[in-house]
Amino acid sequence: MTETKKIRTDVDNETFWREVGLDVERHDDLIKGLPPVFESVFLTQKNRPEKISYFDSFIQDLHGKRPKEVYDRKNNGDKVIGAFCAFFPEEFVHATGAVPLVLCGGAEFPIADAEKILPRNTCPLIKSSFGFKISNLCPYFQSADLLVGETTCGGKKKMYELLGEYVPTHTLHLPHKKDEALSRNLWFEEVKKFKGKVEELTGRKVTDEKLLAAIDLANRKRLALARVYNTRKADPVPISGKDVLLVMQLALFDDAERFVKKTNELAEELEARVDRGEGVAAKGAPRVLISGTPMTIPNWKLHDTIEKSGAVVVTEESCTGTRYFTDLVDTSDASSSDDLIRAMAEKYLHINCACFTPNNERPVDVVRLAGEYKADGVVYYVLQFCHEFNTEFAKVERALRAVGIPVIKIETDYSDSDRGQLKTRIETFVEMLKASKASKAASVSKEAGIKASATGS
Amino acid sequence: MRICLTIYTTEMIHRSMTKLFIGIDLGSTTVKAVVLNGQVLASAIRPTGANPRKAGEAVLEQILEKSAGPIDKIVATGYGRVSFSADEIVSEITAHAKGSNLLFPDARTVIDIGGQDSKITRIDDHGRVLDFAMNDRCAAGTGRFIENTAKALEVSLEEFSSKSLASQTPARINSMCTVFAESEVISQIAQGTSIEDVSAGVHASVARRIKAMVERIGVEDQVVFTGGAAKNPAMRKALEETLRVKLTLPKEPQLVGALGAAAIGRDGY
Repeated sequence: MTETKKIRTDVDNETFWREVGLDVERHDDLIKGLPPVFESVFLTQKNRPEKISYFDSFIQDLHGKRPKEVYDRKNNGDKVIGAFCAFFPEEFVHATGAVPLVLCGGAEFPIADAEKILPRNTCPLIKSSFGFKISNLCPYFQSADLLVGETTCGGKKKMYELLGEYVPTHTLHLPHKKDEALSRNLWFEEVKKFKGKVEELTGRKVTDEKLLAAIDLANRKRLALARVYNTRKADPVPISGKDVLLVMQLALFDDAERFVKKTNELAEELEARVDRGEGVAAKGAPRVLISGTPMTIPNWKLHDTIEKSGAVVVTEESCTGTRYFTDLVDTSDASSSDDLIRAMAEKYLHINCACFTPNNERPVDVVRLAGEYKADGVVYYVLQFCHEFNTEFAKVERALRAVGIPVIKIETDYSDSDRGQLKTRIETFVEMLKASKASKAASVSKEAGIKASATGS
Repeated sequence: MRICLTIYTTEMIHRSMTKLFIGIDLGSTTVKAVVLNGQVLASAIRPTGANPRKAGEAVLEQILEKSAGPIDKIVATGYGRVSFSADEIVSEITAHAKGSNLLFPDARTVIDIGGQDSKITRIDDHGRVLDFAMNDRCAAGTGRFIENTAKALEVSLEEFSSKSLASQTPARINSMCTVFAESEVISQIAQGTSIEDVSAGVHASVARRIKAMVERIGVEDQVVFTGGAAKNPAMRKALEETLRVKLTLPKEPQLVGALGAAAIGRDGY
C-alpha cells in the first residue's frame, strides 16, 4: 500500500498529537481508559478467529497509526472529509482521492464538554461527536477539511450549525419521505450538489471513470461485510457479535481498499469455521438480533452485556450493521453521468432509517433478518433521546410479535450508571429465551417420541 | 439488626431429596437466603449494608446453622449477585417468577417492588417468564421512593404506611422523579396538607408508575405481589385500587426471589 509506506513511523504519537493540535493532557485521560475496556470486552473472549487480530491492533492504536496516515495524506495534498451518518455518499470522496471518515462519537468522555453548549437532554451520539471537536480530543477530527452533516433529526441538524463554527460543515438535505418523486429529485440534486462541493474542495474532477471505480470500491466494501455477516447465520456461530461490531465500526475509519482485503480474509476464515462446524458459542446458545440506533467506538456496552449473559449476537439491523451494507449502488442501467449519481442517490434513499416517514420497510426487514439469522429474540436498542427510533419501536414490536419473536427495548446512553439495571433486564431476557428454547426442544422430542412409538407399533 | 427467620411448612413443596439447594437474593436493601431440598428448610433476611458479599456470607452462615447437609448448589440472584461467588447466577425477575410459581401454581403475573427496581412479569404455568417490564434507571415507582419520603418527613416506614390508610383525600404528587418529588412533598406539607394525605399521595404515585408498566405488558390473574414493598399495607391498597386487581400475598414476600433461585438450582428454569 503506497500510503502506508509514507507513514512516519519515527514520529511518536505524542509529537503527532501536538502537531494536529490535540489537547494532549486531557487526551491522555481519554485514551488511557480504552485499553482496560478493550481488554475486558474483547480479549477475555475464547476461540476468536485469528484474522480478527488486524482489527484488534487497529483499535489498540486507534489514535496513532491510522490518524497519522490520514494526516500524511492531508499533507500530501489529499483532502479529508468527515461525516456522521450512513447517508454520506463516500464514493465522491474516493473518486477524488480524498479520505472519507465517519466521526461519530461513541465515548462518554467529551459529553460534559458538549453540554456547555448543547442541551443535556439530547442524544449522546450528538453530544459526544460535538464534544470531541470543540475540545480537540480526536486526531481524526483534527485533520478534517470538511464535515458532512445530514438532516436526519432535529438534534443533529442544529448541532451541525454549531459545528460549522469550528470546521466548514456541509449539510445534506435528506427528505422526510423516501418514495415520492419530489423527494427523489430533491435528494438527487443534493447528492449532485455534494459532488460539486467535493470537486471544489479538492480541485479534482469526479470523472465517470473515477466515479465508477469508486462505486466499485464502496460496493466491494459492502460485499465483504455482507460476506462476514452471512457466516453468522450458522449455528454454532463462528464469530461473536462483539467482534463483528468492531469490524463494522472500523469500516468507517480504515482505508477502504485495505479494509476490503482484511475483511475478506476474515470472512474466508469464518467460512472455513462454518464448514468445520466450529463456533464461539455453544451450538444452541440463544441467538439475539439487535435492531436500532448505531453504535460507534467505544460503545460496546450492549453487545458485551448480552454476550456475557450467555447469548450470542448474530446480527445488527443498524447503521453500524446491515443498513450500512445491504444495498449496493447498481450502475447496470446507467448511461450518463447523471445516471451514475441517480444510482447512488437511490441506494442511499433506501436505507431504512427511522428518520423517514413512513418507514414501513424497516419492520419487514427486521422480521426478515430475524428469520435469516435464526434469531430467538430481538433487543431493540435506542440511544437516549432518539425520538425517531424510540417511537418506531411500536411498529417493529408489532411486526415481531405477529411472528412470535420476543423483543425487549433497551434505551440507554454511554454512561455506566444503568449497568446494573441493564444487566438484570438483559439477563432475564436471555434466561427467557433459554427457557423457551428448552421447552420447545422438549416438546419436539416428545412429539418425535410419540411419532416414533406410533410408527414402531 | 433485624433478623427474621421463617420455617416454611412441609406441605408447601412435595419433593424428596437429600441434597440442599440454596438461593441467595442480594437485594439493594436486604439480603435473603432460602435452603431447599424437597421443602424449604430455613430462611433468613438481613440488611445489605455497604458490602453485599459480606452480608451474603453472613446470611448463608446463618441458615446453614439451621439446616445441616451436603450443599448441592448455591444460586445467587438480586442486584449484588455478581459480587457473591455462587455456582450459578440468575436474574431476580426469573427468580421471582419461579418462586411465585412454587408458592402459587396459578400465578400468571408477578409484581415485584424492590428497593431500587420494580418489575412486572407475566409467567406461564411452569413459572417461566413470558414477558416483563422494569423501571428504568430512576427510583420513581420503587420502594426507595416511599422510604425516602418517609425519611424526609421524619416518620418510620410503618407509621408512614398506616397514616396513608387513614387519608380521605390523597394529595396528588405529580413529580415522577424521587428527588423532585421529595421537595414537592415538603412544599405540600408547608402548605398545610396533612401527612396522611401526602402519604396516600406518595403511595398512589408509585401505584400509577406501576400501572404504566402493567399496561405495557398486560395483567392476568392470579397476581402475586412480591418484594419488600408488599409488606406495606398502604402500598397493597394503592396498587389494588389503581390496577383494579386482587393481589395475592406470599407469607414472606421478601423471600420469593431467594426461594425461586434455590428452586432454579434444583429444577432448572
